[in-house]
Amino acid sequence: METGTSRVKRGMAEMQKGGVIMDVMSAEQAKVAEAAGATAVMALERVPSDIRAAGGVARMCNPKVVEEVMKVVSIPVMAKARIGHYVEAKVLESLGVDYIDESEVLTPADEVYHISKQEFTIPFVCGAKDLGEALRRIQEGASMLRTKGEPGTGNIVEAVRHLRLINGQMRKVQNLSKDELYHEAKVLGVPYELLLGIHETGKLPVVNFAAGGVATPADAALMMHLGADGVFVGSGIFKSDSPEKFARAIVEATTHYEDYKLIAEVSKDLGAPMKGIEISKLEASQRMQDRGL
Amino acid sequence: MRIGVLALQGAVAEHMRSIEAAGGEAVAVKSTEQLDELGGLIIPGGESTTIGKLMRKYGFMDAVRSFSAQGKPIFGTCAGLIVLAERIEGQEEAHLGLMDMTVARNAFGRQRESFETDLPVKGIDEPIRAVFIRAPLIKEVSSKVEVLSTYNDEIVTARQGNLLACSYHPELTDDYQLHAYFLNMAVEAAVAKR
Repeated sequence: METGTSRVKRGMAEMQKGGVIMDVMSAEQAKVAEAAGATAVMALERVPSDIRAAGGVARMCNPKVVEEVMKVVSIPVMAKARIGHYVEAKVLESLGVDYIDESEVLTPADEVYHISKQEFTIPFVCGAKDLGEALRRIQEGASMLRTKGEPGTGNIVEAVRHLRLINGQMRKVQNLSKDELYHEAKVLGVPYELLLGIHETGKLPVVNFAAGGVATPADAALMMHLGADGVFVGSGIFKSDSPEKFARAIVEATTHYEDYKLIAEVSKDLGAPMKGIEISKLEASQRMQDRGL
Repeated sequence: MRIGVLALQGAVAEHMRSIEAAGGEAVAVKSTEQLDELGGLIIPGGESTTIGKLMRKYGFMDAVRSFSAQGKPIFGTCAGLIVLAERIEGQEEAHLGLMDMTVARNAFGRQRESFETDLPVKGIDEPIRAVFIRAPLIKEVSSKVEVLSTYNDEIVTARQGNLLACSYHPELTDDYQLHAYFLNMAVEAAVAKR
């Protein structure tokens, strides 16, 4: 009997496929998310748009809130640790959370090094905006990936950019010759063996979800259409006018992302989605996606 | 033999790959109309609460019950096992309620307690590599249900006529014995029908 194997950690993410993972800030919100059909919840103190508004340093969620969330739902509970913050991750592991998100949404604790994730029993998800980042995170031990997008903006454009870029880069790698692969590994700054895997299978070895900017059912369906395995929704649900309706509608649109009539139907009477931010209005220092490369 | 994999949420592609590796034809099932053309149905691993909700929403509960009543085989893995069970510990409502057994969700604990192991299964030659992820257990079965394997004295694989269920994930490995076993159930059911 072996725990914490790569198959057990990656397999846990496989079970989330086609699902929606929702940010929640309290036990009460976690119940709403579960009742709406979320496949997991992400416990955090503030959703990204509030982090953006509040400024200052954003840290791991209070363990008390994490425990309260774990108590009230039977679906998996994830929580965020700061990039490079080994101890926050160990604390979350000791609480028994099911997945850790080493996340650029929080203020990085280390500007160079990510957490060495292999040595943990529980799995990690990490953000990536290109194939280089994606494979570096896998090499460090991430068992699941997600696009970075631009969190807390309600603007899908960055998540689209990241997913398209990663998929386009994978198609290119598939067509490289062996000598070109050695060079490409150097250019991307990734291990040759991982790149060879992409070359042979045309796929990432772990699940890749969309995240960062999903605000409407149509946004979620667009990311599925572009090849995401599932969707994280951060501020999009609990910053909308009617969280319960938005949560249910996004779950349905993710499952039936090719059924446009259904997406139209579930998008009626939702009230206003979260207010969005145009990306060009963000200062360089406000761009979360540029953290942790 | 054409086998459908219920594609509302969860590890659909892995089951399709395993069925094809075992010699069957696999179809992703998103609507009830697709059931007619199938010789068997797999309810995959995923989140049972999500899968159950979406099944209700899109009319799968009655459709799958009548699929089963025709004697066509159904195979539930992990969340699929929970969906098949008549009784779920700590919950008032079951989902399909087809197999006469009581199951406990997340019975081994949280993700850090998830594991893999070699598991002998009755009717299958070699022990299979079983991956348990926040897995459920079968706590109690009636005399209608045959126990095919146990782990630490707890039931993890069971069959009731045309229904097969396991609490682990055979679809996450390259071991296709259990899928071949299920394909054979579908072939036998089709022959019996003729």
